[in-house]
Amino acid sequence: MAVVLVNAPGWEAVRESFLDGENFIASAPRIIARFEVNVRLFVFAEILILAWGLVLAILRGLPGPVLFPLRLLATAYVDLFRAIPGVLVIYLLGFGIPGLRLPGVPNDPFFWGVVALTLVYSAYVSEVYRAGIDSVHPSQAAAARSLGLSQLQALRYVVVPQAVRRVIPPLLNDFIGLQKDTVLVSFIGVVEIFRQSQIRQQATFNFTPYLVTALVFLVVTIPLARITDWLVARERDRRYAAAVGAGAGRARRGRMWGFR
Amino acid sequence: MGLPLNGSREPALVVDGLWKSFGELQVLRGIDLRVSEHEVVCVIGASGSGKSTLLRCINLTEPIDDGRIVVGGEEITAPDVDVDRIRRGIGIVFQAYNLFPHMPVIDNITLAPRKVLRLGAEAESQAVELLERFGLAEKRDAYPDSLSGGQQQRVAIVRALAMRPRLMLLDEVTSALDPELVAEVLNVIRELAAEGMTMVIATHEMAFARDIAHRVLFLDGGTILEEGPPADIFSSPREPRTREFLQRIIDAGRL
Repeated sequence: MAVVLVNAPGWEAVRESFLDGENFIASAPRIIARFEVNVRLFVFAEILILAWGLVLAILRGLPGPVLFPLRLLATAYVDLFRAIPGVLVIYLLGFGIPGLRLPGVPNDPFFWGVVALTLVYSAYVSEVYRAGIDSVHPSQAAAARSLGLSQLQALRYVVVPQAVRRVIPPLLNDFIGLQKDTVLVSFIGVVEIFRQSQIRQQATFNFTPYLVTALVFLVVTIPLARITDWLVARERDRRYAAAVGAGAGRARRGRMWGFR
Repeated sequence: MGLPLNGSREPALVVDGLWKSFGELQVLRGIDLRVSEHEVVCVIGASGSGKSTLLRCINLTEPIDDGRIVVGGEEITAPDVDVDRIRRGIGIVFQAYNLFPHMPVIDNITLAPRKVLRLGAEAESQAVELLERFGLAEKRDAYPDSLSGGQQQRVAIVRALAMRPRLMLLDEVTSALDPELVAEVLNVIRELAAEGMTMVIATHEMAFARDIAHRVLFLDGGTILEEGPPADIFSSPREPRTREFLQRIIDAGRL
């Protein structure tokens, strides 16, 4: 693979425009600094997504004919926002709503970026939650209800806590996607890491700044995946270690980095 | 064990003409049952005879097709009844324990008293007291999956008791246990009976039923085919079906 690359007829030109060491060093500080905007986008959106996604999942799981309209609305929402490409939602909200010039409605692209990411990702995350809720055996809810807990209390204290623990890995998967998709918000004028590298690229006629951005995402995403594996393993250990003894805990810790 | 007084007092539980089907399958076909305060009734019968369904109907876990159920003088099958309020007065324990795996034992027991009865610190002190009484004190902070089946089932019974029920329903609570763990659970139930807890017990443990029950019901094909004091049912059953069933149990070495 490497040999094919290096011997390719255009290799020299590509190397100069993508792998320029001097450009890399000169561009890195400013580009990395802009990553702070992506982190803020990510954190605000993630908090909203976790809450709104759970609400959607619960709405879709409500029983009975009386609640059919709510179920229908939630289902339509999820279908809608999974179908539309995220970048279009960002465009529509980021340019459309400020364009209406409604009094009191913010026109800050950062704000609409967060809203758009939340709308799109909560549709995916609600499906993850829903799978988690469905995976908790109905006997758990039945046991809770038989003690006199209401439907909502059974969800709140018995079903959802178990569901959430089970879906942490797939949730993380979606959040790695979200982390990367924060760059889409650059399209409505937020100067974040991708926009900043684009500015550098245009100023230097060299693509190396994009490499900086790629490396930043690589460096942030991989540890995040490992941390989540560790969290899952720790939760499992904590529960078993109570009485099974340290042996079982130690055996399990061998898998904590997720290599099988 | 003396029979309870069957005077003019309100029965703890009345079931009148209870019918229940799952789709085409008629599971309960006109069950009539009266249980007095402090009475222990054991329900026996083959798998699929409707024992579990009967208990689940009394607990309002299954909606019924026809008939009515009265607990402590209140018709719980009335259409506008508050299901959650009724359920908190009726304890049910399942074959599969159904403890909440994400909480330690103490939280399993105090969850419903705290959230439903709104007991504060009392929920905890009551739970600790119950755990001590049933020899589970040192398990208060353990998680369910670190307990043996017998311990889990005892915790499940304690969890139901913590709601201070006036009626306990036990649905084959020893069926999932290894034989050597059955006794510890049955001892807990014996203790409840001795204290005068009103109980309806679906069981395959015939020796236990003979020992503990004031009355035994033989359920067959969704009806109560025969009922009476355990001595009569187990020694001189009238119905051929009952005799057949008991013979099968004896052949299996379970009586």
